[in-house]
Amino acid sequence: MLNVGRSALTLALLIAVYGVAASLYGARTGRRQWVDSGRRAVYSLAAVLTVAFVVLEAAFLRSDFSFQLVASHSSTTTPSFYKGAAMWSSQEGSLLLWVWLLSMWSSLVLFLTRRRLREVAPCAAAVLLGLAAFFAALVVFLANPFQLATPVPAEGSGLQPLLRHPSMMIHPPLLYSGYTLFTVPFAFAAGALITRRADAEWIRATRGFALAAWLFLGVGILIGARWSWSELGWGGYWAWDPVENASLMPWLTGTAFIHSIMMQEKRGMMKVWNASLVLATGVLAVLGTFLVRSGILESIHAFGGSTLGLPFLGLIAVMMFGSVALVSSRRAALRSEGRLESLFSRESMFVLNNAVLVGLCFVIFWGTFFPLISEAVTGQRASVGPPWFDRYTVPLALVLVLLSGLGPVIAWRRATARNARRSLRGPLAVAALAAVGLTAAAGVAARPLALAMFSGAAFVAAVVVQEFWRGMRARQAVSHESAAVALVALARRNRRRYGGYVVHLGMAVLFVGIAASASFQTIHDVRLSPGQSARIESYDIHYVRATSALSNEKVTLGAILDVSRDGRHVATLAPTRGYYQSQDPQLGPVGRYFDGEATSEVGLRAGLRRDLWTAVQPDIGAMQKMIDGLDRRFPLATGRSQGLLLAALAARYEAQPPPASFRLIASPLVEWIWLGGGIVGLGGLFALWPGASFSRRRAPAPARARLGRQPSRA
Amino acid sequence: MEQSARMDPHRKRRLRLFAALTAALLLAGALIYTSFGAASEAKNPSQLAASAVAGRSYQLTGKVVPGYRHEGNVVVFRVRDRAGAASVPVRYTGAVPDPFRAGREVIVTVWKRGAVFVGEKDSLVTKCPSKFSARRS
Amino acid sequence: MLAAVVAIIAGPLRRAGAASAPEPSQRAALEVAKDVKYREIHDAELDFRTGKLSEPDYREVDRALRSEAIELLRRLDAIATKEGRR
Repeated sequence: MLNVGRSALTLALLIAVYGVAASLYGARTGRRQWVDSGRRAVYSLAAVLTVAFVVLEAAFLRSDFSFQLVASHSSTTTPSFYKGAAMWSSQEGSLLLWVWLLSMWSSLVLFLTRRRLREVAPCAAAVLLGLAAFFAALVVFLANPFQLATPVPAEGSGLQPLLRHPSMMIHPPLLYSGYTLFTVPFAFAAGALITRRADAEWIRATRGFALAAWLFLGVGILIGARWSWSELGWGGYWAWDPVENASLMPWLTGTAFIHSIMMQEKRGMMKVWNASLVLATGVLAVLGTFLVRSGILESIHAFGGSTLGLPFLGLIAVMMFGSVALVSSRRAALRSEGRLESLFSRESMFVLNNAVLVGLCFVIFWGTFFPLISEAVTGQRASVGPPWFDRYTVPLALVLVLLSGLGPVIAWRRATARNARRSLRGPLAVAALAAVGLTAAAGVAARPLALAMFSGAAFVAAVVVQEFWRGMRARQAVSHESAAVALVALARRNRRRYGGYVVHLGMAVLFVGIAASASFQTIHDVRLSPGQSARIESYDIHYVRATSALSNEKVTLGAILDVSRDGRHVATLAPTRGYYQSQDPQLGPVGRYFDGEATSEVGLRAGLRRDLWTAVQPDIGAMQKMIDGLDRRFPLATGRSQGLLLAALAARYEAQPPPASFRLIASPLVEWIWLGGGIVGLGGLFALWPGASFSRRRAPAPARARLGRQPSRA
Repeated sequence: MEQSARMDPHRKRRLRLFAALTAALLLAGALIYTSFGAASEAKNPSQLAASAVAGRSYQLTGKVVPGYRHEGNVVVFRVRDRAGAASVPVRYTGAVPDPFRAGREVIVTVWKRGAVFVGEKDSLVTKCPSKFSARRS
Repeated sequence: MLAAVVAIIAGPLRRAGAASAPEPSQRAALEVAKDVKYREIHDAELDFRTGKLSEPDYREVDRALRSEAIELLRRLDAIATKEGRR
C-alpha cells in the first residue's frame, strides 16, 4: 500500500506539471484540445490525490504501523475518530490535505467555468496547477507521508494529547479549505490580468469561492479560539500569536475584497485595488500556511524549524513579485470605468471599509513580523505583545463596526442626505439609549472603549432591524402579502443584501462578546485545600474533594468544585489535569507519567451572560517523595504492576491531597462570540446560496420595452 | 470654460487622494514609532546576564535547567542557553503551562530586579519539542 | 495497482481537431454586464422603497441605469445580428 500511495503522489506531480504546460500552450495558441487536456489534468489530479488521501487515511484507521507516519502519530489506543484526524496533525499529512483540497476546488471551478471564460480559465488553471505542483513536489521530495517504518513498531507513539478534541480535528480542514478556496480567485485574477481580460466575468465566476473561503476561514478561526478557551489551561481565546495572526490576515483582506468587488461589478471601479487585494489575499494565505511550519517566528503553534521554510519563502516571493509585476504591467486594462460620484455614497463607505480592513491587516502584519523587522533594523530581535496589538486594533474595529451600521443606510451612487439623516435617527437613538443605559449599569463607564463598542453594536442591530422592516413594508405595499411571507420573499429575492445584513449583525454580536469578555473579566489565582472556598464576582467556589482516574493512556488528578451564588447551588465543576507517560526509558514507571505531556481539562460553565472557567494545577511537587519512592522500589514495573503503583499514587492523592492551585475566571458574554460567529455563518451561507438570476426572469424580446416603462418588483 | 469645469472634480479627487494617503502615512508612522518603543528585546541567558538593565522588559528564551522548585505560587527556576551552560535565575508567579519541564524550551518576559529576573505574570510559554503545539499559561 | 494508475494517465484525452471558432467572448462579457445592470436597477428601486433615496434622486438614478441597460441590450443585439448574418 505504501507503494500505491507513493506512486500516486509522484503521478500527481507529473500530472500537475503536464497540466501547467498543456494549459499554457492551449491558452497561447488558442487550441481548445490542449486547454481541455489541461482541464482534464486537473480532474485526474484530484482523482489521484484522492487515492493517496484514502490510502493514508485507511492506514491510520487500520493502525498500520508499517507507515512511519502512522507509527509516529497514532496508536492502537487512540479512539477511532482521532485516528482518522491524526493524519493532519503531522507535517506531511497536513500538506497532503492542503494539496488535495486545492485539487478538489480547482476541479470544481474549472468544471463550472468549462464553457465560459475561454481565455482566462486556462491561465487560471495553469496557476492553480502550478501551486499544486509546488505542494506535490514538497510532499514527494521533502515531506513524504509514505515512508516505511523500519523496524515496524508494535505500538505507535499516539496522538498529541492536546489534539484529542473534536474542535482540533475540524480546525485544520476548515482553515485549509479557507486558504485553498482563496487560491481560486487568486488564480483567476492572475489569469485575467495575464490575458488582459480584466472585466467583471472572472469576478462573477469566483465570487462564490471567495465568499466560501471567507466563511470557512472565519469559522475555522473561531473554532480554534473556542478550543483554546474551553480546552487549554491558560484561559483565553486569542493571544495575538504569529500563527493566529497569519490566519486572520487573509481573512481581513478577504473581507475587504468581498465588499470592493461589488464596486467593480456595479461601476467598474477599483480594478487595480481589487486585483491587488485578491492577489495579496492569495499570498497571505500561503504565508499563513508557511508560518506554521517554518519556525522563523517564536510561536506557540510552530511545527518547529523544518526544511520546508526555504521552498515556501521561494513560493511566496514568486507569488508576491509576480503579483506586483502583473498589476503594474496591466495597469491600462485596469482603468476604472466609473468614478466616485459623491463622498456620500455606498461606494465611499466601501472605500472606507477597505481602508480600515487593510489598516487592520497592516497593524497585525507589522506586529507579527516585528521580530524580523527589528532584527533587520537594529540587529536585535524584539517583539511586541498583546497590549500593543490591542491598542491599535480596538479603535479600528470600532470604526469598522460603525461603518457596518452606516453603510446599509447609504444608497449607491449618490445618497440623499435628508433621507439618510432620517434613516439614521432611529438607530442613533437606540445607540444613545444603550450608551446611557449601560453607563447607569455598574462599572461600564470605566471602560469607554467597551462602552463605545456596545453602543456601536446596538446601532448596527437597530440598522439591520430597520432595514428588514422597511424592506418588508415596501414589498407588502406592492404584493399585499402577510408580514412573514413578505419578509421571507424579500430576503430570498435579495439574498446578497439581506444575507450581508445578517452577517453585519453577527459581527456586532461577536464584537460585543469580545469587548465584554476582554474588558470585564475577573481572574483569581488561589491555592485551596479540600473544604476551603474562594470567591469570584458573586460566586462562591467550594473545593469539595480531590479526584483521580486512571486509563491506559493517562493518570488524571483533579478536583470537584461546587459553585454557588447567594447560597444557591449553581453548578458542579470538575477541572482535571491529565498526565501522559513519557517514552523516555530512563524514567521510573511512576515518574515517567509526570515528566511527559500534561493537559488540562477545564471546568467550564458556559452561560449566555457569563462563563465561569476553572483550571486546577495539582501540586506534584508535594507528591514527589512518594513518586520517587515508588520508582526506587519498583524500577522495572510495567503493565499490570505499573497500573497498581499508579493506582496507589492516585488513591493517596484523593485521600490526602496537598493544596492545589486553581485559576478561576469569570468572563462575561464570551458565548456571544461563538453565537455571533454562528449568525455570521448563517448569513454568509444565505448570501452564498444561488438565488434568482435577474436576466433569466425576463423574456429577451420585450425586455427593452419593459425597461422603458415598468419599475421592477421589490 | 469647459476646461476649468472638468479640472475641478479631477483636482478634487487628487486632493482627496493626497489627504487620504497623508493620513495613512502619518498613522503608519505613529504605529511604527511606538512599536520600537513598546517591544521587548529577545535575549538568551548569556546576553541577559551580560547586558540587562533594570526597568526594561526582556523576552528570555532558553532551556529550563533541572532542579527547579515551587514555592507556593512562585516557581523558581534557572534558564540556560540553548547551546551552552550560562544560566540565569528566574522567579515566576502565575500559572505554569502544561508542558513545562526540565530541558524544555521556554519563552518568558522578565524584568531585572537585583540579581534575579522576575517573570511577568502569565508570560511563560513553553515550546513543545515535538511536532505540534506548545502551550502557554 | 500500477494498472489502475496507468488507466488514470489515459484520462486526459486529446481530441484531434481544429481550433474552435473564435470565441464570442465579447458577448459573454456583455451578458454579465447586462445581468449586473438589471440587478443595479432592482437595487436602486429597493433603495428608494426603503427610504434611502428621495423620489427625484431615484428617478434620476433609475433613468440613468435604464438608459445604460438599453445601451447594453443594443450592443448585444448588434452582436447577435452580426453572428446571425455570418
